[in-house]
Amino acid sequence: MAKTLEETTKMAAKAGKNGNKKLSALTGNEAVAHAMRQINPDVVAAYPITPATEIVQIFSSFVANGQVHTEYVAVESEHSAMSATIGACAAGARAMTATSSQGLALMWEMLYIAAGLRLPIVMPVTNRALSAPINIHCDHSDTMGARDAGWIQLFSENSQEAYDNTIQAIRICEHPDILLPAMVTYDGFIISHAMEVVRIEEDAEVKEFVGEYKPDIYLLNTDKPVTMGGLDFTDFYFEHRRGLADPVSKVKDVVLQVGAEFKKQFGREYGLFETYKLDDAEYAIVVLGSTAGTAKVTIDDLRDRGVKAGMVKIRMFRPFPYDEVAKALEGKKAVAVLDRSDGLAGRGGPVFGEVRNALCDWPNKPVTVGYVYGLGGRDIGPEMIESVYTDLQEIAKTGKALNLVKYLGVRE
Amino acid sequence: MANIKELSKQPIKFTGGHRACSGCIAPIVVRMMYMAAGETPVVTTCATGCLEVTSTLFPYTAWTQPFIHSAFENSAATISGVEAAYKSLKRQGKYDKEVRLVAFGGDGGTYDIGFQALSGAAERGHNFVYVCYNNEAYMNTGVQRSSATPKGAYTTTTPVGIMEPGKKQFPKDMTQVMAAHDIPYVAQGSPSFWNDLITKFQKAMEMEGPAFINVLAPCRLGWAYPPEEGIKIGKMAVDTCYWPLYEVVNGDTRVTYKPREKKPLAEYLQMQTKFRHLFKPGMEDLMAELQAEVDRKWERLLRMAGEA
Ligand SMILES: Cc1ncc(C[n+]2csc(CCOP(=O)(O)OP(=O)(O)O)c2C)c(N)n1
Ligand code: SF4
Ligand SMILES: [Mg+2]
Repeated sequence: MAKTLEETTKMAAKAGKNGNKKLSALTGNEAVAHAMRQINPDVVAAYPITPATEIVQIFSSFVANGQVHTEYVAVESEHSAMSATIGACAAGARAMTATSSQGLALMWEMLYIAAGLRLPIVMPVTNRALSAPINIHCDHSDTMGARDAGWIQLFSENSQEAYDNTIQAIRICEHPDILLPAMVTYDGFIISHAMEVVRIEEDAEVKEFVGEYKPDIYLLNTDKPVTMGGLDFTDFYFEHRRGLADPVSKVKDVVLQVGAEFKKQFGREYGLFETYKLDDAEYAIVVLGSTAGTAKVTIDDLRDRGVKAGMVKIRMFRPFPYDEVAKALEGKKAVAVLDRSDGLAGRGGPVFGEVRNALCDWPNKPVTVGYVYGLGGRDIGPEMIESVYTDLQEIAKTGKALNLVKYLGVRE
Repeated sequence: MANIKELSKQPIKFTGGHRACSGCIAPIVVRMMYMAAGETPVVTTCATGCLEVTSTLFPYTAWTQPFIHSAFENSAATISGVEAAYKSLKRQGKYDKEVRLVAFGGDGGTYDIGFQALSGAAERGHNFVYVCYNNEAYMNTGVQRSSATPKGAYTTTTPVGIMEPGKKQFPKDMTQVMAAHDIPYVAQGSPSFWNDLITKFQKAMEMEGPAFINVLAPCRLGWAYPPEEGIKIGKMAVDTCYWPLYEVVNGDTRVTYKPREKKPLAEYLQMQTKFRHLFKPGMEDLMAELQAEVDRKWERLLRMAGEA
């Protein structure tokens, strides 16, 4: 939402001051702007869009106050934001941008190019619904629309995770085995604008953790001139695109390795996904983003009442950890997948598709059902999540679901 | 002023063996740009289009210096990023070389789909030279009209039929549009006047801030002429005042070449098959209108230059 000049300046000042304090009350956007300040990219090129606008505003203040050495390019569109970020990264700079929704949609063409050129660009994406109708609130359609662009996608449950994921993404993307771009996503308004206690690490420690960006091949190296983005005909295109699958296959290991290092340095643990009370669970749900927080409360409550409820919260949606997710869900009586976007594919949302794909060949696979919920910021409360577990218990009795996909919390 | 003796000693930095049609003028524009840069390295971005696809066919490249193509509409946005990286790394003491930054785009990539990105980059004041190699249509996709296509021209999307005489609109005056951005340097050039063009490239590169050069680059396929005629056609474009050579330096307009005798437009049009239909009976009014427009714009230019 629009902020006055005074508010923005205050926000930046506060964010700047808190930079070296450990625990701060910050919104998701503030926490992410902090991560960017500490990463201190050489170039940021960005364009405002609700709910990501604050990142751009706060970061500009960091630039204005000399808190970063970043060259900030206030471009005239998101297409140019991604194009300039690509130009900067190809030139040899660590380059970042941030966006939401329509902005991400406008970048679509350039997302594939960033991945195809193997540029390790990190982009926070504040999740927001896509038009039409125009809506500024949270769902995951924006990121899901870009899920096959060759970008790593890390989802965050809260501000802390958004902050932590942004820092880790730099290391993941710039790893010599990877060199792929990544989106770090968190829910618009629910996380981006909600104040939470966030642990902001010391500037120096973050600086050391992310290290320096030292590309091998870059445009400004005029002693070793390269042509980037050339033309392939039928004789090479396939090999080059096939070549992208190799770094993608290594992302999992690097994400785990960086997660382990992060834990060692900062104490917080990150894997490909998080499980909550899953081990002995009979009924499980699979979710992304902030809904996991609500689900945890619901699960605790259900457990008190003797229902063996559990959850998988996907952190890395791209590439999707198929085998690991299948293994985690194996043997459950029934599983519900909650999608905060509608695939409009005729069979629920994209997470549902992935989970079913993962389980397909697994011998001891549970019955799976899909739910589409929360479009355009529609609230999801514990009672709604509880209703899913109630459905799962019914389904488990017969081993069959009446509806493969349901819409949750909508007026039919 | 470029010195031809010195220029002739320079290595050719845009190599032969590229796949542009014989008689294509775009590669000559690139060579002249490199000549203007001399010893200083040039990092180039290029929009999708004939120049890019004919010069970067993997595993070959005609570009001996750093080059990036990413998409069609974003050459100016891409160079903005390269320039920001250059500035940032220099400021941090991580990079110490002098480089020139040049963005290429065809007329489609400049006048049409890349218009916004170019306008944005110009307004932001990045230090770069944007070169439009203007062949007055979308040649790479098979000669479709652009907003640079002249009135009366045949293209595959402005075909000539009993109802239509080719393109019905006059082209956008992109050089003036860029001059209206009040950037330090704007010029119109032609490789048929090599000295004039190379001098303009040099000025543009030395100027701090954005520069825009619109270069008429005849296309053998779309304009339809024998391969050896391209440079002659370019000369005629200037001699008829269809494509005046001028520059706008910090807002001041100067005509850099004035033909001794202004030739009739028809002499230029008849050199290209794309205008063939204009010479048929019944087209006299349109021809007169085209001539009148050239006259009007030439006189206006002279007035802007304080020469009329
Ligand atoms: C977004 C997008 N739209 C359309 C195209 C198809 N396309 C490629 S080049 C081109 C025309 C290029 O025209 P111009 O810029 O004048 O360059 P020329 O080929 O004439 O040198 C078009 C339409 C594309 N590559 N990208
Ligand atoms: S079609 Fe025209 S512009 Fe393209 S390579 Fe051939 S002559 Fe050059
Ligand atoms: Mg063209």
